[in-house]
Amino acid sequence: MLVGRGLCVLAKALTGARILWQGCAPAAGPRVYYANHGSHGDFALIWACLPPDLRARTRPVAGADYWRQGRLRTYVAERVIRAVLIDRNPKARTEDPIRQMEVVVDAGDSLIVFPEGTRNTTDEALLPFKSGIYHLARARPDLEFVPVWIENARRVMPKGRLLPVPLLCTLTVGAPITLQPGEDKAAFVDRTRAALLALMPAAE
Amino acid sequence: MTPQQQTWSLFAGIGAILVVASLIGWVLKLTVAKHAPHPTIDNLNARIKAWWVMVGVIGFAFLFGRPGVTLLFLFISFAALREFMTLTYTRSADYLALTAGFFFVLPVQYALVYTGWYGLYSIFIPVYAFLLLPILEVAAGDTRRFLERTAKMQWGLMISVFCLSHVPALLTLDIPGYEGRNLLLIAFLVVVVQSSDVLQYVWGKLFGKTKLAPEVSPSKTVEGLVGGVASATAIGAALWWITPFSPWQAALMALAINVMGFFGGLVLSAIKRDRGVKDWGHMIEGHGGMLDRLDSVVFAAPVFFHLTRYFWT
Repeated sequence: MLVGRGLCVLAKALTGARILWQGCAPAAGPRVYYANHGSHGDFALIWACLPPDLRARTRPVAGADYWRQGRLRTYVAERVIRAVLIDRNPKARTEDPIRQMEVVVDAGDSLIVFPEGTRNTTDEALLPFKSGIYHLARARPDLEFVPVWIENARRVMPKGRLLPVPLLCTLTVGAPITLQPGEDKAAFVDRTRAALLALMPAAE
Repeated sequence: MTPQQQTWSLFAGIGAILVVASLIGWVLKLTVAKHAPHPTIDNLNARIKAWWVMVGVIGFAFLFGRPGVTLLFLFISFAALREFMTLTYTRSADYLALTAGFFFVLPVQYALVYTGWYGLYSIFIPVYAFLLLPILEVAAGDTRRFLERTAKMQWGLMISVFCLSHVPALLTLDIPGYEGRNLLLIAFLVVVVQSSDVLQYVWGKLFGKTKLAPEVSPSKTVEGLVGGVASATAIGAALWWITPFSPWQAALMALAINVMGFFGGLVLSAIKRDRGVKDWGHMIEGHGGMLDRLDSVVFAAPVFFHLTRYFWT
């Protein structure tokens, strides 16, 4: 799709983004790429860095409350990035988010998720994970969870800013993780979070 | 010779050198590496390939004269500033200053250079941008590491934008008897400074024994420096026919370029070392980032520009 292609070209031209497949090679789905989340650019960056054939079959999971606001956001979410929009409010929702993700995965597509649940604006490197990835792993025990550390995106597009700052971004992909027999929620969430943090370049 | 003929013969000469270099690289890969992966030879070949691309891009920009070259260096400055600021500590309070640097100071500097407004482009960054940036930062109210943050951003603009913009600024000089040839002045600067880099590397690899600055740049040797600068100065003298200089003047100019270029490489290496990285970026295969390739041009360009302007206009 043309707009999507344009978005990728723009993201790459601006950030010189490159992806390092450190722990695995790019491979057809279904897979769940999970990443740290600091900016709206995160979607575009992961997407732009995937090989085009994989890109076409990889869909980001995003909050419906945000992406259904206004026509432009709805258009981008539904038509450009083909997002899987989930309701983040457990009380009000009518659709089960895990079920929505299962449908996509069963169709052979990959997902991009941000287990922190929201954009990180704190000084912490990574917020605590929500348990969604565990429930998805329980439902589909063979599913591979691939950590992707996104470096610098937050400096490029801080929350609430429109004009991006052109800084170089690097994506580091780690080794896939699958749910181990008998692994409980806390252990799986800790393990996936630690694997993502391990990809972070050494700080100053 | 007409300026066109001079330009063509210069590019033909560079092309011939690259053909020879590519042949040597190919033979080395065949005989020494026997087609197996070999870090040094593969890096050499990657570098030669990148040289073809770089010469092609510069040649293409030359076809479009002053607008083409100015635009090319605008993009080069953009890439260089991006590398510099990526490695620099910033806070969210720096957002305004950063965007102003990229989207205001950089294009304005190049617009001023393009129009040839010497009185303003020679002070726009060191005076106005240097005062504007801290104002934008103080407005955000975050004082943590304030002096460090402003100083680094000022240095980033100085190196990546101000210094580099002096390459296209060479096109604005009115040199009596040299009308319509200023592109060749850029060719002279780039050929001399880059051959100095390459020859210092070659002399260092062949005869290098005495380390020059082990703390800053372990690969630099006294033998490499002396041999490289001497031979690149000779190349500069031999290129006097494309310049407004006499042969000995061309040699002195080349010497000034080479000495500044050497220190540029050393200073930018020290910054990299301070930040704990080996390369500025990954833009040019085999070379590293844009600033890795241009570290010597950065320091040589303004000095070459002002020497030429002072003595020949």
